[in-house]
This record gives sequence, C-alpha cells and structure tokens, in this order.
Amino acid sequence: MKILVAVKRVIDANVKVRVKADNSGVETANVKLSMNPFCEIAVEEAVRLKEKGVATEVIAVSIGNTQSQETLRTAMALGADRGILVETDQNLESLAVAQVLKTLVEAEQVDLVILGKQSIDSDNNQTGQMLAALLDWPQGTFASKVDVADGHVTVMREVDGGLETIKLQLPAVVTTDLRLNEPRFASLPNIMKAKRKPLDIKPIADTGVDITPHLEILSVAPPATRQAGIKVESVAQLVEKLRNEAKVI
Amino acid sequence: MTILVIADHDNQQVAPATFNVLGAAAKLNQDVHVLVMGQGAEKVAETLGAAAGVAKVLLVNNALCAHPTAEQVSAQILSIADQYDYFLVAATTFGKNFMPRVAAKLGVAQISEITEVVDGETFKRPVYAGNAIATVKSRDAKKAITVRATGFDPLSGEGNAAVESLDLVADLAKSSFISQELTKSERPELTSAKIIISGGRGMQSGDNFHLLEAIADKLGAAVGASRAAVDAGFVPNDYQVGQTGKIVAPDLYIAVGISGAIQHLAGMKDSKVIVAINKDEEAPIFSVADYGLVMDLFKALPELNEALG
Repeated sequence: MKILVAVKRVIDANVKVRVKADNSGVETANVKLSMNPFCEIAVEEAVRLKEKGVATEVIAVSIGNTQSQETLRTAMALGADRGILVETDQNLESLAVAQVLKTLVEAEQVDLVILGKQSIDSDNNQTGQMLAALLDWPQGTFASKVDVADGHVTVMREVDGGLETIKLQLPAVVTTDLRLNEPRFASLPNIMKAKRKPLDIKPIADTGVDITPHLEILSVAPPATRQAGIKVESVAQLVEKLRNEAKVI
Repeated sequence: MTILVIADHDNQQVAPATFNVLGAAAKLNQDVHVLVMGQGAEKVAETLGAAAGVAKVLLVNNALCAHPTAEQVSAQILSIADQYDYFLVAATTFGKNFMPRVAAKLGVAQISEITEVVDGETFKRPVYAGNAIATVKSRDAKKAITVRATGFDPLSGEGNAAVESLDLVADLAKSSFISQELTKSERPELTSAKIIISGGRGMQSGDNFHLLEAIADKLGAAVGASRAAVDAGFVPNDYQVGQTGKIVAPDLYIAVGISGAIQHLAGMKDSKVIVAINKDEEAPIFSVADYGLVMDLFKALPELNEALG
C-alpha cells in the first residue's frame, strides 16, 4: 500500500507574527519557517505504518515556492521515500490544494492520504475533508489513533465531548490531531541520506487546476490588544477585586 | 435567499454553540432553516423550532444516523443545497468535520471560524492562532461557513417554526460509527461556561486538579487545561483550551500554573476578565491578565478555596 503525506511550510509555531503596516498580510521576510506541526505528525504516522509493514512506500508532497523543497527534505529525513513539489509562488486556498492533491493521488495510485488537521497559519482545517470529498473517499479527521487492517482503517477521533471511533473502507483520507504520535527527530545520517532521495518538481500549471482565489483578502489587521492589568499582593485582595471591581464572582 | 443552519446536538440536547450560530445567521437578514440529523431527536427539533428567527426545521430522524458521519451529513445537505445560499454550522468538531466536504462538492471556498459578519459577503476571521484578524470577501454564490461561537450572542427565545421530516439520503458503504467514549462531568460545558478555571503544567499531577475542581464547584465554573497538562496526562484532552483545543470566551478565566504560550492564548484571550496565578512573575500569561497573583499555586489555591467560603 502506498501512502501520500501532504506537508506545508509555515511560519514556525514559536514565532510571534507581525502584521504588515499596510495590512496586506503578515511579515514573512526574515522569519523562521518550518514544517507545520500537524504535518510532522502526519509524516511520522506514515513512516510508522511503513515500519509496521503496512505501507510499502511513503510519498511526501508539498505545494509552494521553491524553498518548500527544504520541507520535503525534512519529511524524507524523517523517513518518507520520495518527494513531489508542485511549485507555485501563489498562496493557494484549501480547495485548490485539495484539487492539486487529487491529481497526485490519482497519478500515484495511493490508498491512504494522511494530512495534518490544520495549518497553523491560515487555521482553516479544510484541506483533508475537501480532498476526501473530491475523491469520494471516506474521511477520518482529528485522528488520535489509526489502525490499518483488512482493507479498512479504524480511526479514533478527538471530538468535543471525548473520543469517537469510526471505521473507513480504504482508500481513505486521515487528518492528524496532536496526540496521534510524537514525531521523531531527524538524525544527521538520515538528513544526509534524504539529500539523495528523489524529489520531483513540477509547475502547478501541469496539474491543470484553476487556482484563482474564491476569497478576496481585504485586510489583515492585528487583533485588539489586551493590556496587562495589575498585580495583586494576596488571595484576599484578588477575591476582593473580582467581587467588587470586576464583579465576575 | 435562505440560510441553512446545521444543528450540533447529541440527540437529547442542542449544543449551546448552535444558538450562537443562529445569532450569526440573524446578522445576514435572511430566512433561516435548521437541519437536525439524528435518532430520537424530536425534542432537539422542537427546541430549535422554538428559537427566535427560525422559519423551518428539517428533521432527519433515523437509527442509521444516531451519530452522523461527515459523509452522511454532507450528502444530506447536498441533496437540498439548491434551495440555499448560506450553510452555517458551529466550529465544533462536528461542524469542522463535514462543512469543508460540502464546500468542496459545491466547488466553493469555506470560510472557517468567522467571528464577525461585516456584510452578506464579507466576514472577519482570526488567523495565525488569533494573532491577526483577516477580513475576507467571498466571490462564491454559495457560502459555506463555520462560526466561532464566542464571536456571537446566542439566540434562543420565541419562535414557532414547523418541523418537517426528511428521509435519510446517505449510504453507509464507506464509513461507519463504531463507538464513542465521552468524558463525564457534572460541571458546565467548557465552551459555554461563564467562569473557567484552568490548570497547566504547574499543577504537577492529575491528582492536584482536585484543587481546581473544589474552586470550580464553588464558582459554578468549568475546568480547563493547557496542552502541557493534557500531554502530561493530568486530564483528558477534551479539557484542552487553545488553538488546537477549545476556544473559549467566558466572563472570568482563571489560569493556574499556565505560562501562557501563543497556542494557549489563542484559545482564551477574548475572555472578559483574565486572572493568572503563577509563581514565575516573568510568565507571558501576566501580559494579558487583568489580575495577576505571583504566588505558588499550592499555597494560593487552598487560600482561594477558603476565601470563597
């Protein structure tokens, strides 16, 4: 069985983002970029399925600018067998990403696609579901446990009240929640080896997907700032303030 | 021009966030229909029929959709999608699961977790873990939207809409519900609680959470946690407040032993009043707290419990 993992290059999770002065977006120049944390978990899960003998090949794909090759090399250092970069300088919406991924899924004949549940930049939480819809495949979102057996994948999902288990017929799409696994660190020998793994680059035009945005971003503004309040000296003072000043208890 | 709101419920009760979605729908000034899918969900349909602004309730009552899958819900919506211009659902795990599937089938973009309706085509939504607010205008004829409940006032109240039954259209060939394991709690639900007290890594163990629970019971509060506390196994993961957990905006949020990482702040910084109790006075949580108490929580919590009588 072949597994396709989609990875995205985003501003590192620990960076405090700055909104551009002209409100056109956030500052990305000279900012540390990394693999989206949910995508790392997706790669780890795919590699574990290969190590268990469930998967024969893990293909990492990314859609983005030429620097996204670095993110794919990271995925390969973590254990993906090869990479595909669909190159574009434009920021794609989830629907276009799903449409591009669909062309790759069909060309590569994969049985399972694993994606992160959301990217920490756009916070959309859409691509996996959209891809499943376009392929007419079942979906297992927000997975915290994945078992593949007998042509099915059983997914334990994190839902608002607790956990839910569903069973999907393969081929299927799974999106990862944070607790699915603890991603490994890439060792130096594996980073060196990853440099020799195959990485195909193809222009987005080759996929034939219309990437015209459906949403126009009118502005990106900083949120209302919250001022630091006061420090109280004692519990008694805190309770007094909450009762008489804030009137919340 | 009609809005379809999809109800989040557990067959017995309507999830409170659904009423906030009705509040968001009211801002669009269109007729509102509500779709209820479930088993034995007549009471849910009645409750929503009695909510202000609802013109019609569509009820799919079938043993095969006691726990509807994304495949079932999206197929049901698509069967009646011609009649609607807006599809709205709460940005709960239920809504987030199926709405993008609907959007993709309709060939439209989804607008996730809106916090404000600017006009019929323009919406505000947080990005980068709430560190920026994007204003987006949709070019699509049909709009698939998930609503961040804390951004809108709930609408319940006085309505008298008819309930109409629909047949289940989805097939279950490819996916099926197996089981669920819900966390039992007597306390209010996290996303709708007026007061929340949350613990972080500083709590040191799950046993110590009883210190928070005692205070929560006195205040009628819900208990939350940071990701660090969940990852350390102190409490189940549905306690988690943050970008990857639940987004809350209570009247009072008490953060105990929580440093205040970006991830956590994204989930609670719209609370009206924030209190931080932390022994590290450099902790970032103090930069958003209205009231900060620099004190060891193991000393502060029993004192607080006592002071609340």
